[in-house]
Amino acid sequence: MSLVARHLEQHGIPTIVIGSALDIIRHVGVPRYLHTDFPLGNPLGAPYDRTVQRKHVEIALELLEEASQAKTIRRSPFSWPGEPGWRDDYSEVTESNQAALAAAGKARRAKQAAMKKNNPKQQILMP
Amino acid sequence: MTNDYDVPYMERTRLYYEAQGYSIPYKWANYRKTPFCALTKPLAQSRVGVVTTAMPDTAQGRAERKLYSNPATSAPDSMYTLGLSWHDTVTHTRDVGSFLPIEALLAIQAGGGIGDLAPSFYSVPTSYSQRQTLDEDAPAILDCMKSDEVDVAALVPL
Repeated sequence: MSLVARHLEQHGIPTIVIGSALDIIRHVGVPRYLHTDFPLGNPLGAPYDRTVQRKHVEIALELLEEASQAKTIRRSPFSWPGEPGWRDDYSEVTESNQAALAAAGKARRAKQAAMKKNNPKQQILMP
Repeated sequence: MTNDYDVPYMERTRLYYEAQGYSIPYKWANYRKTPFCALTKPLAQSRVGVVTTAMPDTAQGRAERKLYSNPATSAPDSMYTLGLSWHDTVTHTRDVGSFLPIEALLAIQAGGGIGDLAPSFYSVPTSYSQRQTLDEDAPAILDCMKSDEVDVAALVPL
């Protein structure tokens, strides 16, 4: 998505990205970014929280108007209303899931090899 | 570790794929320079286009992750998000307002905060291939936005 933002901006369309993966956005570099420190999947706010969802869109629009240089980043003032430890288990590798992950990887590679054999131009999508 | 820290998604992704037996880590694009262009008119007179990584919740959208142009006259009841990486142990994506700003932007439009919302919003696939994104998907989104006379874009990846 960062690459799309960069492309649009290069062609004269100002952009704002609203998202929750700060390190990735910083690494790639986008013109303007509103960072919401929420679990991936709900960058605008918790499900059914219309107040925060609306507020995030308003803050994003303010940033769109106010930013004067590339890589302008603003952090949302709102916190995830759920469990405070939500950050810890995302894509976590533990002793208990290591064997399952290795098996899943093996199965995925076999599936991709079969797809490639059937259609060499098949696009591999990122989860 | 305190509860409050920026999740190191790049590192977590590297370790996760390493555990799956992938020896070459994914390399995110990295640029020295980032483009920037200022708004040419006030937001209250601008048309806003929205881009999401969620696919339309239709037979075709569920079957094939690719670029779609979806009607933005009202927020859809659902979007298809299976196959995307989101934090399914702590939340869900059944409320499209949590990741798609259509309802919010229509309300802001009604209050005069933006000129209007573009007639379509756009679904873009997340591809491992940066060439696919740079050479095909991004130019296609640009074409859609030009055709819809979009002035500014809001991109909201899940």
